[in-house]
Amino acid sequence: MSTHHDHDHDHHDHKHPTQPDVDGPLTYHQRLEIAVRELLIEKGIVTADEVRRAIEAMDARTPAQGARIVAHAWADPAYKKKLLTEPREASLELGVDPGVTKLVVVENTDKVHNLVVCTLCSCYPRSILGLPPDWYKSRAYRSRAVREPRKVMSEFGLEIPDDIAVRVHDSTADMRYLVLPKRPKGTEGWSEEKLAAIVTRDTMIGIAEARIP
Amino acid sequence: MRQHHDMGGEPAGRVEKTEHDYAPWEKRVDALLVLLSDRERSLIRTDELRKNIEAIGPDAYEKMSYYERWITSVTANLLQRGAITAEELSRKLADVERREKEGLL
Repeated sequence: MSTHHDHDHDHHDHKHPTQPDVDGPLTYHQRLEIAVRELLIEKGIVTADEVRRAIEAMDARTPAQGARIVAHAWADPAYKKKLLTEPREASLELGVDPGVTKLVVVENTDKVHNLVVCTLCSCYPRSILGLPPDWYKSRAYRSRAVREPRKVMSEFGLEIPDDIAVRVHDSTADMRYLVLPKRPKGTEGWSEEKLAAIVTRDTMIGIAEARIP
Repeated sequence: MRQHHDMGGEPAGRVEKTEHDYAPWEKRVDALLVLLSDRERSLIRTDELRKNIEAIGPDAYEKMSYYERWITSVTANLLQRGAITAEELSRKLADVERREKEGLL
């Protein structure tokens, strides 16, 4: 387990519940998944091995990838400029494929704080951060993030001072946003590895700020 | 008129900071979408996934979990594209149900 993983969970202390797979009777949708997958395999449209490999690839995409990108941008001004102007190329440069969708990186500064939402569904830079958390897909977050972002952030324990503008970015199927969080004071001279460890998933959604632990 | 999925700006309760580790079946749904939408297969596009999710009625939409909506949409799309037929699907579903009862899954 990487240190990033632990950091992802700054804002809640409880353990994740896991959902059982084949414990007890299957739900209708679980049976549907099995049926559709088996039909697709029988028809030669997908193979069981391809499904397994797609899951492995998904498991390999974690917020640690984004943290590495952010830490490099903090450490190298030229890279930061590239990340903000040519995010796709900058991401590929660090070996992270942002996928087919357009990637937009928005920078938090002393004047602006950025927050990402997808009001219509759940679009998220999953090629970089992995799968989104449930709350990101929840009715409450999708509804309120665009109307009262400061209040929503405050419920996550993040208070943005009134003299800092808040910009909310509503993702689309074709465009995904990644927040470049503000580098905390007191991290001068840190290695990129040490910097990456304080870049949590939530800081890259904009619902938290990077902090020295 | 606004559709039920279009909820930006609507009043809603406190954001509960929920998350769970995705179950194997949820990951398989995700994997199926990734595979079916790749260039080689091209059996579903993001707009089709969305269209079929948005076609789920408001009540069912609220009741279903995220990946329940996805497998519903993926299935609808495969039927619309003719990649599978309704008859094949109902036969297979009955078969899955039978195997589950017999403890063969």
